[in-house]
Amino acid sequence: MSILIKGGRVIDPLNKIDAVLDILIQDHQISKIGKNIQAADAAIIDAGGKIVAPGIIDMHVHLREPGREDKETVLSGTAAASKGGVTTVLAMPNTLPAMDCEENIKLLRGIIAKNALINVLVCGAITKGRLGQELNDMAKLKRAGAIAISDDGSSVDSDEVMLDAFKSAKQYGLLTVCHCEDKKLSGKGVINLGFQSTRLGLRGISNESEYKRISRDIDLAARADTRVHIAHVSCRESVEIIAKAKKIGLKVTCETAPHYFALSEEDIVDYDTKMKTNPPLRSKEDVAAIKAGLKDGVIDAIASDHAPHTENEKDIEFDRAEFGKIGLESGLAISIMELISKKVLSWPELVEKISVNPAKILGINKGSLGAGDDADIIIVNAEKEFLLEKSKIISKSKNSPFIGRTVKGLVEYTIYRGKVVYKN
Amino acid sequence: MAWTKKDLLGLEYLTEDEITLILDTAESFKEVSTREIKKVPALRGKTAVNLFYEPSTRTRVSFEVAAKRLSADVINIASETSSVRKGETLIDTGKNIQALKADIIIMRHNCSGAANMLARSLDISVVNAGDGWHEHPTQALLDIFTLREKLGKIKGLNVAIVGDIAHSRVARSNIWGLTKLGANVILCAPKMLLPVGIELTGAKTSSNIDEVLKQADAVNVLRMQFERDEGAAFPEQLDYFKKFGITEERLAKAKKDIVVMHPGPINRGIEMSSNVADGANSVILEQVTNGIAVRMAVLFLVAQAKDARK
Repeated sequence: MSILIKGGRVIDPLNKIDAVLDILIQDHQISKIGKNIQAADAAIIDAGGKIVAPGIIDMHVHLREPGREDKETVLSGTAAASKGGVTTVLAMPNTLPAMDCEENIKLLRGIIAKNALINVLVCGAITKGRLGQELNDMAKLKRAGAIAISDDGSSVDSDEVMLDAFKSAKQYGLLTVCHCEDKKLSGKGVINLGFQSTRLGLRGISNESEYKRISRDIDLAARADTRVHIAHVSCRESVEIIAKAKKIGLKVTCETAPHYFALSEEDIVDYDTKMKTNPPLRSKEDVAAIKAGLKDGVIDAIASDHAPHTENEKDIEFDRAEFGKIGLESGLAISIMELISKKVLSWPELVEKISVNPAKILGINKGSLGAGDDADIIIVNAEKEFLLEKSKIISKSKNSPFIGRTVKGLVEYTIYRGKVVYKN
Repeated sequence: MAWTKKDLLGLEYLTEDEITLILDTAESFKEVSTREIKKVPALRGKTAVNLFYEPSTRTRVSFEVAAKRLSADVINIASETSSVRKGETLIDTGKNIQALKADIIIMRHNCSGAANMLARSLDISVVNAGDGWHEHPTQALLDIFTLREKLGKIKGLNVAIVGDIAHSRVARSNIWGLTKLGANVILCAPKMLLPVGIELTGAKTSSNIDEVLKQADAVNVLRMQFERDEGAAFPEQLDYFKKFGITEERLAKAKKDIVVMHPGPINRGIEMSSNVADGANSVILEQVTNGIAVRMAVLFLVAQAKDARK
């Protein structure tokens, strides 16, 4: 089975390519890239006027399986991903049960082998039950197939446990992904601490609760002489701290999510719980700092933090509603609108944030379009406008804050290992 | 002008004209409570449901009296005795009340924004009787009504609000209402009880009660809720009374006719001395009386707006 993608604007930053070229796929790999490729037996996709780029690698996704299949499953989540141009996800470990032992990871990997439409990588939990107390056996997590560890949703409060986690992660070659939040500071907060929390009478979450914990985690990783990846960076001080750490050569990488550059606390107009996220939507100044951080390279990656929740968990009082929003299906379009249309990033720079850099951080051989590479490819009609509609959401959960927005940048094909897994 | 909103959720959402319309309507209803037969047929055949998720006596009773003086039927639901305890969601509870063909839900809830959520989920009217720290619009309306009655106007008045601004829905509603009507609002509290960015509402802040009282035409003293379990820093009771309590000594240095208000219930000797609460400047019981007229006006206006939509 071969596919010939003809005449698209091929963007492959790793190989410094941004040109109108053809790509020939044979089986699951790219066999040839160049001008005027002929292949008599290949199915032809005309990509004239379209963007052809490596598939998106989304390193922060909650697939909810096992345990909360009412919110999402490996099948529904990867279907949503493929619609959004995502060909690899890192599945977060806060499932029920958590990915804190060999057995649970094997269970999940069995489901993935059976149902996943795209590449699903597994992130193990740092501590038993994600309770921040007892370190998991990293050798076993690694053996079971985890490539990273995180207690995402919570931060490990104990300095000792976290330091041991970094040491162990180093020993077994695992990436440590940190959800940075000092609960003693964020407390029962539900939105950003500022005029909006005052106006709405809601408890606030300070920037401090995030950036202080980032400082600590960077410091502990440095003491263990290993790398650390900071998840969902949302505020200006966090960007500053990470910039400084990078400057002195510490092995720090980080991601932000589309809602942290596309939305601010001012969008929580009438207690819309779809806008309730953790970390919270921040101030306009923070949004500007996130965009600047993306532009100057302090922020390496964009990940969705896709967090599906049922309507029962969202259509309730703001204080009681779950934190989180879905994002797999809207991430690329929102990024195009906010970053490319507003000239924050060029196309090659955006592809670096959504594919090249996540591949590097995760240490996987993806994110490029050279001959011999995995044929994980998206074809995007960058100029095509469309309405984000609730009825068109594939994810089992519909908690998107972007419903009703007209956006630009429609994924027309998602190809994973040489197979078309989504076609618009 | 005509009232067009089916709900009353907060004073932030109202225009100066809308607030004035409520006050003027309340003025015409005030007389009803002085009659031998305290009843008009304005809401005859309408059903108002008091849906209270927080214990409240004065607000609930005030709404009940107001509705009854308008000839509405009143049903009281308290969360301790309702299906809320069985895990029913707020929206489901609201839809059930709507299915009973009630016309107005008057709701008190401990979560900020609960009334907003209920109102956008239902076709019937929702009147916010206090939601979390967000708004308590009818309390502020009755405060403003009382002030206007006492001092003849609101525009240009210096009104001090003293106490726990951070956790007060009464403060927020007063700030919006008073600033929209052109008063100068000064919030006076220990720094830890002034919420972030509150100046953006147009109110000024101070931590010096004596300075504030010198300029004030009126002072609205909030109830200090020391029992609050917030984990956050809170002033010590006696220390608070010493620094911010409204006493005769302090009032002696204020304007002679300063109007002293309190939304009740009063903690005598904590936010205000007994002498002040019962003194010549106090309008605290008049506020309670005016609460009926203001709530009659609100119920009347939202019901009328809903009927006009049909």
